Amino acid sequence: MSFTKMILIIISMVLVNNYPLAQFLGICPFLGVSKDLDSAKGMGIAVTLVMGLASIVTFPIQQLLLSCGIEYMQTVVFILVIAALVQFIEMFMKKNMPALYTSLGIYLPLITTNCAVLGVCISNTEDYTVAAVGSFGAAYVYAILQGFGGGLGFWFAMMIMAGVRTKLQDQSAIPKAFQGVPIILTTAAILSLAFMGFSGMI
Amino acid sequence: MNLIIIAIVLILVVGLIAGVLLSYASKVFAVKEDQLFLDLRAELPGANCGGCGYAGCDDYAHALANKNAAEPVPCTKCAVGGPAVAAKLAATLGTTAGDVERQVSFVACNGTKENAKPLYEYSGRVESCAAAKTLFGGSKECPYGCIGLGDCVNACEFDAIHLCDGVAVVNPDVCTACGKCIKTCPQHLISLKPVSEKVFVQCSNKDLGKAAMAVCKTSCIACRMCERTCQHDAVHVVDNVAGIDPAKCVGCGECAAKCPKHAILDLAKKA
Repeated sequence: MSFTKMILIIISMVLVNNYPLAQFLGICPFLGVSKDLDSAKGMGIAVTLVMGLASIVTFPIQQLLLSCGIEYMQTVVFILVIAALVQFIEMFMKKNMPALYTSLGIYLPLITTNCAVLGVCISNTEDYTVAAVGSFGAAYVYAILQGFGGGLGFWFAMMIMAGVRTKLQDQSAIPKAFQGVPIILTTAAILSLAFMGFSGMI
Repeated sequence: MNLIIIAIVLILVVGLIAGVLLSYASKVFAVKEDQLFLDLRAELPGANCGGCGYAGCDDYAHALANKNAAEPVPCTKCAVGGPAVAAKLAATLGTTAGDVERQVSFVACNGTKENAKPLYEYSGRVESCAAAKTLFGGSKECPYGCIGLGDCVNACEFDAIHLCDGVAVVNPDVCTACGKCIKTCPQHLISLKPVSEKVFVQCSNKDLGKAAMAVCKTSCIACRMCERTCQHDAVHVVDNVAGIDPAKCVGCGECAAKCPKHAILDLAKKA
């Protein structure tokens, strides 16, 4: 379990394999909630939290599935677990952290079945199998880091997108056919191209 | 066959554990919601359109249920629900919908192309009041007036405000008082007035006398004629602009008749 590898995982998830920009997962909230910086920040924090916790919970479950020989049930079981987990987080937050709940609680139902969350859980199980890494402990740590890192990358991309969209708010300089969603998608594509510069770094 | 059974059992077990955990959590982490809030929220359509001016139906229901509010929140704010929802909300709250007066937006400027002189000809690619304002405070000589490029028209979702002759005018029949135009206007000219109010001051010019006269034909020059004429203490000149207090105004129109610049609009006479 090397410290270098841990740093590299974070860099990889934030820059190289950024979820919405490089892996094209989680585009729905990425486009939907990036209208202004505050909601983008709220969504980013919520996604980081959920991705991290989901990674923590689903990695051991994958080991259970492997030991029973039913790896093909991965998708169904993961979805079930992630949905229940997010519901639990929402209830916990509502009771114990009311201030946090009012600011980002409304985003939690939106990310319950977000493909990026399922995506990070599945890629954890593919990238860091116990056989490849050596010990369950090390693999688990890497998986958790990948989870939180994925969320951080998502947050990062959302903040950039929100910044660009705030500048683009005055729509009258944009051709009529592009106003609204088309220009947002075009912007996301250009951001994606920009992030392609990081590919192959790690 | 064995594998299928294991799969089914596993899913059942995971589902059961999740279910038990969640129902336990919903008891442990239960937050007591105000029953009034829940009742009011149930009556709202749930579209979360924001037309009421609050952040979604939950926020509006909270505002309505808030007994510590400084001002009573009107039940009539839901444009989607209309009068039917307003009546239901009023019944739940114990008031009648008719008690709360409907409000509409009003643009306090009469700087039409005829009245207000332009400072420069604006031919920018960006047709926006906010953009024009950055250039010397707008394309009319009066720095407080309506720039007339239609940011408010674009903001209105109910098609209630339009540009007439270079100045924005609200159609009180269509306006739902959602407040979007109020937030959008970079000159802060728009405010809410009760729909029964018939006399308005159509100027926001904070300059005195000669300076105000130089920029517009119908500007308020703060001569205080209206303040002196009013028998009901409803008109006061604040910051060199006349203002009518809707609570005291009876709609007699004396101030409008006496104003030397015709800056006060009397809808009753106009009709």
